[in-house]
Amino acid sequence: MKTALALKFKPGRRFVIGVPFVWLAIFFVLPFLILLRISITDMGGGVDPFAPLIDSAGGAWRFIFKYDNYAAIFRDAGLGQTIYMEAYKTSLKYAFFTTFFCLLIGYPFAYFIARARPSIRPALLMLVMLPFWTSFLLRVYAWKGILADQGVINNALMALGLISEPVVMLYTDVSMLVGMTYVYLPFMVLPLYATLVKMDFRLLEAAHDLGASPWKAFWLITVPLSKAGIVSGAMLVFIPSVGEFVIPSLLGGAENIMIGRVVWDEMFSSNNWPRASALAVVMICLILFPLALYYHYSAEPRTQAAD
Amino acid sequence: MRAISRFLQAHLGRFWLLAVYLFLYAPLIFLVVFSFNSTRQDGVFTGFSLRWYSALWADSRLVDGFLLSLKVALLTGTLSAVLGAMAAFVMVRYERFRGRPLFVGLVNAPLIMPEVIIGLSLLLLMVAVQRAVGWPERGLLTIVIGHTLLGMAYAAVVIQSRLREVDRSIEEAAMDLGCRPLQVFFLVTLPSIAPAMVAAWLLTFTLSFDDVVISEFLSGPGVTTLPQVIFSYARRGINPSIYAAATLLIAVVSLGILAYSLHEARQHRQRLREARAALQAR
Repeated sequence: MKTALALKFKPGRRFVIGVPFVWLAIFFVLPFLILLRISITDMGGGVDPFAPLIDSAGGAWRFIFKYDNYAAIFRDAGLGQTIYMEAYKTSLKYAFFTTFFCLLIGYPFAYFIARARPSIRPALLMLVMLPFWTSFLLRVYAWKGILADQGVINNALMALGLISEPVVMLYTDVSMLVGMTYVYLPFMVLPLYATLVKMDFRLLEAAHDLGASPWKAFWLITVPLSKAGIVSGAMLVFIPSVGEFVIPSLLGGAENIMIGRVVWDEMFSSNNWPRASALAVVMICLILFPLALYYHYSAEPRTQAAD
Repeated sequence: MRAISRFLQAHLGRFWLLAVYLFLYAPLIFLVVFSFNSTRQDGVFTGFSLRWYSALWADSRLVDGFLLSLKVALLTGTLSAVLGAMAAFVMVRYERFRGRPLFVGLVNAPLIMPEVIIGLSLLLLMVAVQRAVGWPERGLLTIVIGHTLLGMAYAAVVIQSRLREVDRSIEEAAMDLGCRPLQVFFLVTLPSIAPAMVAAWLLTFTLSFDDVVISEFLSGPGVTTLPQVIFSYARRGINPSIYAAATLLIAVVSLGILAYSLHEARQHRQRLREARAALQAR
């Protein structure tokens, strides 16, 4: 359906499309091109990272392309594995487990909200969103006090006599995964809820009448019907987790270095801008496939709505 | 054994919901409780005191950061709501134009892109521009641009879903009655998406007020937002002043949400009353 409003609004139409488009071109697309461009310059010998890429000295045009920064990421002189590769692996590992735990906790959670009485569903959803409106940084910071050796959990467990010595949780995998799962859980729950609430639960009754066990009905009906929610939720968690910067800085230990931190250090501690740019470009390549998946599955509701 | 499993089956949903809500709210409860602690110790509540609240006002870094963050968030919220409304309008109303898939992809991309990448690439742009024309200095303006890039995407999502529900027949009626397109927009469309624009403004204000990563990349020397100050304190260890700041923030947010839900409830009741009156009149 094409509205009369959209048709009669020619100059306005150009303006309304143009302003956000130009904004995004300047502040989103252009910076990526600069990032790409800086990643192929060489930092050695006081070279200006912004120097022109085309060299016309000596009459001949020459395109200067230095792949040293990329080479440095993948191979290191004899040590086998670079700290960069290590950081990428750590990032992917935490992103994977964060996604896994968010799904494990978030799926039943979204399911039970979707099956709650319709009158209380908005309130239940609102309760998921509420912590969102208070500082993410402060909520992560609070986990530090909860998980510390002298923190709330350890003190409570010792007071109850369950343990005699504090369990080390802060600055380990435990605190990292608790923090990351905590922060990203709502991103999983909301898309899952959106697909589960649209599901026709009479299908489960039909499966039951036909003799399927609840478990079988769940795997054969509920899960396939909520696939779009699972994929977009998982990608909404996985992709930003790969580049997570704040949580490892606050809750991670010395060996939990993720790639976001490494990019930051190359940029501001080593002042090696080309290296930082190359690391960011490789990070983008790592998330390209998940990004494509996300766009594929999150685009579906719109085509349905158009039908 | 059978009884236990039957009990679990009947109440599993409730237990799961309760446990997850506890997980979501535990840090908030912790922050509020320990902001009133009388000592620096964070595992035990040693006594009630307001000392961290008075320490808050004495800390000029926190106060300056707060004022800067307020300015940044006000500008970001406004810019994001306007740009987001435009983007939403394009995505909902203009079904066919060249570059539409690219447009939709670009609007949504900042939502999911790791902030480190956004921050780094924007910083490189700002440095390049500054070298070429000597402007802008890294500071308020660059932070606002960075936050708005993210904020516009969130605002577009919020406003888009409202815009889809707007009854177009009212717009068509206005046009049949002789309104020009701009009049239709300002007299019919805009008022009906206004609540969504307010929600988008609040959401992007909050996002901006809370952002660390983009600010860390785009702020200049001597310019630090409140989250940046908190982040640098947090990395050094426990500081209950931060808990006090958090509690104030939680109080403001809770009051805002309470006021909003009371307002909504009253409007809902009024709509019901009107509907009933209309039915009786027939």
